[in-house]
Amino acid sequence: MPMALIELHNLQKTYRVYQKKEGLRASIKGLFKRTHKDVHAVKGIDLQVEQGEFVAFLGPNGAGKTTTLKLLSGVIHPTSGTASVMGYTPWHRENDYRRRFALVMGQKNQLWWDLPAQESFRLHQQIYGIEPQQFQNTLDELTNLLDLRELLGQPVRELSLGERMKMELTAALLHSPEVLFLDEPTIGLDVVAQHNIQQFLKYYQEKRKITILLTSHYMKDVAALCKRVVIIADGRIQYDGSLSGIIDETTNRKLVTLQFADPLTDQLMNSLKRFGTVVRHEAPRVTLGVTRDDVPAMLTAILDAHDIDDLIVEEPPLEEVIAEVFARVSESSAVPATEDGNC
Amino acid sequence: MVTAISSQRHTGSRIKTWWTILKISLEERFVYRGDFALGTLMRFLPIITQIFLWYAIFEASGKNRIEAYTANGVVAYYMLTMISRAFSSMPGLCSGITLLVRDGEIKKYLIQPIDLLGFLLITRIAHKLCYYAIALIPFAFVFYLCRGFFESGWPDVQVLCAYFLSLILGFMLGFFIEASLGLVSFWFLEVTSLIFVYNLLNFFLSGHMFPLDLLPVWASEFVSLLPFQYLAYYPAAIFLGTIPPDQIWQGLAVEACWLVIFIIIARVMLNRGIHRYSGFGG
Repeated sequence: MPMALIELHNLQKTYRVYQKKEGLRASIKGLFKRTHKDVHAVKGIDLQVEQGEFVAFLGPNGAGKTTTLKLLSGVIHPTSGTASVMGYTPWHRENDYRRRFALVMGQKNQLWWDLPAQESFRLHQQIYGIEPQQFQNTLDELTNLLDLRELLGQPVRELSLGERMKMELTAALLHSPEVLFLDEPTIGLDVVAQHNIQQFLKYYQEKRKITILLTSHYMKDVAALCKRVVIIADGRIQYDGSLSGIIDETTNRKLVTLQFADPLTDQLMNSLKRFGTVVRHEAPRVTLGVTRDDVPAMLTAILDAHDIDDLIVEEPPLEEVIAEVFARVSESSAVPATEDGNC
Repeated sequence: MVTAISSQRHTGSRIKTWWTILKISLEERFVYRGDFALGTLMRFLPIITQIFLWYAIFEASGKNRIEAYTANGVVAYYMLTMISRAFSSMPGLCSGITLLVRDGEIKKYLIQPIDLLGFLLITRIAHKLCYYAIALIPFAFVFYLCRGFFESGWPDVQVLCAYFLSLILGFMLGFFIEASLGLVSFWFLEVTSLIFVYNLLNFFLSGHMFPLDLLPVWASEFVSLLPFQYLAYYPAAIFLGTIPPDQIWQGLAVEACWLVIFIIIARVMLNRGIHRYSGFGG
């Protein structure tokens, strides 16, 4: 059986973290005897990603998403387990491997702060050994797509956050990586900048068929870009499948929004409550959370009894569904066995 | 044949990479030119205080010679150690590496096909070249004014070559010692005290504070076993002819051995450090 482009088997990473108790007394005590705790950031991940997939890694803070990306980019070594990306073991950090992937971190700046981005790009050209013609073509393509041409000569420190992120993406893609790891690339960006980055990533991935692993807390990124979603929580994969699959698996509710032609009386509101829970009430609109199977019967009953000007039936917002998944996971893992005290 | 050509190409592209890093580092150094120029010129101040101090010592002692040094000889020594230090001191290198590790900035070097130590070395060369470019004229002017202190005049060509070699080796040794100290931050995130201790030892044991041949014989012999003397004293002593010409090359060979030792230490520490690195800072 041919290997997937990215394969992880029982990948684990445990950090040893110094535990300091509060107060001066504890600080002095800490000079002589220190207490450490093993924090199991990744507890055995198995994952296969095929060439050309755009996969979202979702999970609450501290779930192990970024640790997994750090392992895959060879920045840290695992405690145990194996990983293969394009046939390479990431933490061996072979130059051939490093020439074929890129990592973009939304919270980290990889460009030279005081110099124009074009100087960093020139350096990338040399570091990655990009032929001059190919470099120019790729740079032209990326700067046109991201509308950066006018900004190339401006010191990076003087760019806005959105412009800087576009420059970071350009730098990361200059050597045409086959695998791209994106760690919260839209963090802190305004809605327009987020949208621009999403559009660019969508276009670029479809055109180049590169493999992308994305971590993001913005569900709009995920909904716009990824067909496959992997939910990591408590250091383990909790879900791996399609975006619509999460909604089906997690909730059996639909949201039904009704716009009534009649005034919303107390009697009407009370009669609606027997179909489901009132989620929003902004007259003349009411949104109800209704069990999936009950929707047809509910609609028939309401349409027979009332004049309805508008009607929307939709899935619950993705943020809400994901929050529900995270809440379930944290409930089920609220057993102290997740962290072992180690003095 | 094909392998030879591809290896030549590889070497060529590597040189081009390092050359580009050097050029970009130079550009970066010149961004804050005012601060850089002021910092460079301010380096002359300590030497002036040292000269006044030693004139006071000679006056108080009532002697015109302390061991092998006349008052003029001491000034010449200090001026030469100023040049040695201009090569071997590495301001901000150790603390810079610590910051890279603590803030997680080191990640960007770990994911690129580039050698971190090589990269830091090239940026340090750029730093030094900028410094020399700015300091050359004031240095030359001060040396011209103070030419009278150099009582034995210019050394011969062979000694002069050894002198320049000792400066280059001093630069490399200073770089790898401080890089090794900086890499300790993979184990201990805070190394400020370590830098302080190193600077203190360096100040006394490199000959920066006083000529090492003024020490008692036992202390002088002990200090000669350490690498610090190559950072200030040794190049100055070569220039002043304090070291007999037949022993110069032997000393340089020992310095080269220290350099190799610290290159190995830095490499091993980097490899081990990366292995235990936790990828701090998100």
